[in-house]
Amino acid sequence: MTLELVCPAGTPAALRAAIEAGAHAVYCGFNDETNARNFPGLNFSRAEMADAIGYAHRHDAKVLIAINTFPRAGGLELWTRAVDDAASMQTDAVILADLGLLDYAARTHPALRLHVSVQAAAANADAIGFYARSFGVRRVVLPRVLTVQEIAAINRDIDVETEVFIFGGLCVMAEGRCSLSSYACGNSPNMNGACSPASQVEYREEGGDLVSRLGGFAIDRVKAGAAAPYPTLCKGSFEAGAYRGHVFEDPVSLDAAALIPQLAAAGVTALKIEGRQRSRAYTQAVVRNFRRALDAHAAGRPIAAGELRALTEGQQTTSGAYSKTWR
Amino acid sequence: MTGCVSDHPLIPRFPRTGAAALGFAPLLPLNLATGRLATSLARRHPGLFERLGDQAAKNFVIDPTDMPFVFRLAPRPEAPQLRAVRRESAGAWDARVAGPLAALIGLVHGAYDGDALFFSRDLVIEGDTAAVLALRNAIDNEELDLVEEASALFGPLALLAARPASRLAALVGGLTGVALTRRSGGSFA
Repeated sequence: MTLELVCPAGTPAALRAAIEAGAHAVYCGFNDETNARNFPGLNFSRAEMADAIGYAHRHDAKVLIAINTFPRAGGLELWTRAVDDAASMQTDAVILADLGLLDYAARTHPALRLHVSVQAAAANADAIGFYARSFGVRRVVLPRVLTVQEIAAINRDIDVETEVFIFGGLCVMAEGRCSLSSYACGNSPNMNGACSPASQVEYREEGGDLVSRLGGFAIDRVKAGAAAPYPTLCKGSFEAGAYRGHVFEDPVSLDAAALIPQLAAAGVTALKIEGRQRSRAYTQAVVRNFRRALDAHAAGRPIAAGELRALTEGQQTTSGAYSKTWR
Repeated sequence: MTGCVSDHPLIPRFPRTGAAALGFAPLLPLNLATGRLATSLARRHPGLFERLGDQAAKNFVIDPTDMPFVFRLAPRPEAPQLRAVRRESAGAWDARVAGPLAALIGLVHGAYDGDALFFSRDLVIEGDTAAVLALRNAIDNEELDLVEEASALFGPLALLAARPASRLAALVGGLTGVALTRRSGGSFA
């Protein structure tokens, strides 16, 4: 079975680039708080989304609309309208995280394909089974906390598809539940859709160092010539006792290309590339690279080593939790 | 390493002798062209300004660090302005984006990824990060080709201008290493 390559698109141009580069499916969001990449200048108007779906279908690709933030009390209408509009545009699936929104989508649009977002952090067969029985979800995007062996074990016990991340930025292992950015900025990544909102990010040269700040807090400082620091608290440098450095998480990005055969053997249906906030140049290069890798795997050829480190946010890569070498 | 996604891992720098010569040249001819280019962009690419949203009210300095001037950009949808000024006369700005000319043009043409250039320190941003992000995303979505935009300044004669403009761009690109045009792209049509 050929693995499905699910690719990011923050703009219509990135969507076209992804499909031209070989994406089987593209995920994207509306330009409001309903999706977890609610950044300035990014995302799709309703008209752009409808055009994008038409373009994708003409090119035998799917569009999955991420409506994967958690509705605010008293503000549900923004999220239900997004689901209604996605359904009316003949999208191939919606990616949801909130239980109430999943329930609404299942009741209101029974023909709409539902995927559970990574934001829901469904990390075991019981939780996934609940989503499947209650809302008829067809696919779950697994959180980035599981080893390949654990993914295989989950797939043996469930009847729905699984999708896993293969490349891109990494979150701390509490997706949908992380409040670090909220603490510094006041806005919630999980409800407003912007982790480390750009309006509260500042980079400044100070004494030859480059200092990054979030919400006024200095979160990292690097020397000239070193890779620029992340603007997120989870990858900031701090002092904790005698230790000084990356307390929560190293500033590295996921690259699990070498694990494609193992993930396929573990029963995974789809591989997801992170990066809706990135440019179409990133999208095109990464998608082309991974499509080549998937085609090689399907043909029984070896997968060439990745050449994408220069495109990663921290300029360093890891296979993340898929192989927990720290255990 | 850089964030280049083409086959050329190093970002070319504009030749120093050429830049030094331009340091003595008057900016008026360049500003006549950039002024018309800004007006033309507003007419031909209204989506660019829509995508900027509130950030269209900000003032940007685009600083090609290997050139003897910077650009001041005020992307107001109704009357956008793009002017070249000497670096010391850049004045006040909300956001500044600085890097080699080839990197800046490569960002416009989708040859480079802005985040990768930033993390590799080939690109420097200062000031209002949200404004820079909106500008980057708006430009990235428009799939601009600067030679095509320059040709469009000739109005009804644009088709006649396109071929010599492409040849000139190729010649300048060959001499300086700075790619002035991009590969094809398009719309959903």
